[in-house]
Amino acid sequence: MNRFDYVRAKTVPEAVAAAGQAGTAILAGGTNLLDLMKGNVVQPTRILDITRLPGLSEIEISADGGARIGALVRNSDLARHAKFAGAFPAIAEALLSGASAQLRNAATVAGNLMQRTRCPYFYDPASACNKRSPDAGCDALGGDTRLQAVLGWSEHCIATHPSDFCVPLAAFGAIVEIDGPQGRREVPFDAFHLLPGTTPHRETALEPGELIVGLRLPAEASRFAVHSRYLKIRERTSYAFAVVSAAAGLRLEGTRIVEARLALGGVALKPWRASAAEAALAGREAGQAAFAEAAGLALADARPSGDNGFKIELACRLVIRALQAAAKGTPSRPTALPASLVNLA
Amino acid sequence: MSNSISLQINGARRELVLDDPRTTLLDLLREHLDLTGAKKGCDRGQCGACTVILDGRRVNSCLTLALSCDGADVLTIEGLAVGDKLHPVQAAFIEHDAFQCGYCTPGQIMSAVGLMLEGHADTDPERIREAMSGNLCRCGAYAGITQAVLDAQARMKRQAAAGEAA
Repeated sequence: MNRFDYVRAKTVPEAVAAAGQAGTAILAGGTNLLDLMKGNVVQPTRILDITRLPGLSEIEISADGGARIGALVRNSDLARHAKFAGAFPAIAEALLSGASAQLRNAATVAGNLMQRTRCPYFYDPASACNKRSPDAGCDALGGDTRLQAVLGWSEHCIATHPSDFCVPLAAFGAIVEIDGPQGRREVPFDAFHLLPGTTPHRETALEPGELIVGLRLPAEASRFAVHSRYLKIRERTSYAFAVVSAAAGLRLEGTRIVEARLALGGVALKPWRASAAEAALAGREAGQAAFAEAAGLALADARPSGDNGFKIELACRLVIRALQAAAKGTPSRPTALPASLVNLA
Repeated sequence: MSNSISLQINGARRELVLDDPRTTLLDLLREHLDLTGAKKGCDRGQCGACTVILDGRRVNSCLTLALSCDGADVLTIEGLAVGDKLHPVQAAFIEHDAFQCGYCTPGQIMSAVGLMLEGHADTDPERIREAMSGNLCRCGAYAGITQAVLDAQARMKRQAAAGEAA
């Protein structure tokens, strides 16, 4: 790890002023940043500790059912917040399926949005990576591609976004609250993470000096509460990133779908909202025919970026399972193994 | 910015000056305070051997910058026993043979203590395994570990009930 200066911000304006300076990295939970620094993947010359900023650690549920989450709320606190988990169970399930208890206790919700890809070539400073150093090339192409992207990738980057939490945030239309040199602004979740295109080093909508101050969930997102699930396929039972994952929410009248929400994880460099599939589900009978059609639409544009064609079929099947599980209903108590397929009927 | 911090470690107040801002909480404990119970296994947050309780909840001390802990309360394996009297989790680990080489054990025990402090005690072994999944044991003592955690929970519940009755 390189040497750095350590500074602590006391107020948001102070943090904004400091965050824009070259070489500065923002420290909140630190679970990803310290890991990256230890591997010399990132080498900030200054660490700006924002963990003491006031007013960013609250979870508020409004009377209409919407929610506001402060940027510094810890993942475990949000997942275990009874009112929040009741209104947004798929988000709680995604949080509990990510990382380990130790990491969830430290990691913040805004940090989760800002975490970097786990592409092994990004993590290895000896490999070429356009994300780490623009125009250096991409050693992942033609390399170990098994877990790389099948949607939205480019010849410049085939990495995936590793978050669980972000998948239901995309499905349920969260809003990212940002503060910066030009003042406050809001970005719809789907516009926050960027696809690689020709500039994979540009990962989010944040401009220099900007930082996330909170997340909001609109009231309508809580209407899916009784039919919401997050399912995740991983290479071991617990404490592993998703090979593919899916967040699904349904609003049902009897067995008819009034409205659907669907997003995929592990398939692209951003949490992948499947809007066409959502539209096709509206008005249909909840069942295999509609779910299979939705899965086909969700993966219609998918193509392997190497030796990973299996992820397309796997994601299709997982979408069907997630929609089936959502239709069956949100479990009254979080399952013993959150997001696992083990306990599904 | 000043590199001096104040920490409560195992009940004792410590005023510390760090010569290097890169010092993690794990390095501070092991290299500066001679508290070598927390282990440096992977040093990347993947194995859990460095688990300590920070302000009432378990964290990977290898991924925690010591400077960011200013003012915090830290509990390590060295702070669990009272004199010769072992903490119920320590006693249960011995009784259930919940280790072989012992390298991961301080982290396993602190994780089990954290699990209870965080209010996640449960009688379902599946939930205990899930709650302990951040602690790897390469000797594969998981069966004993799960039993030890379940047993320690039951003992502490009985002790608490007896304490209330008395």
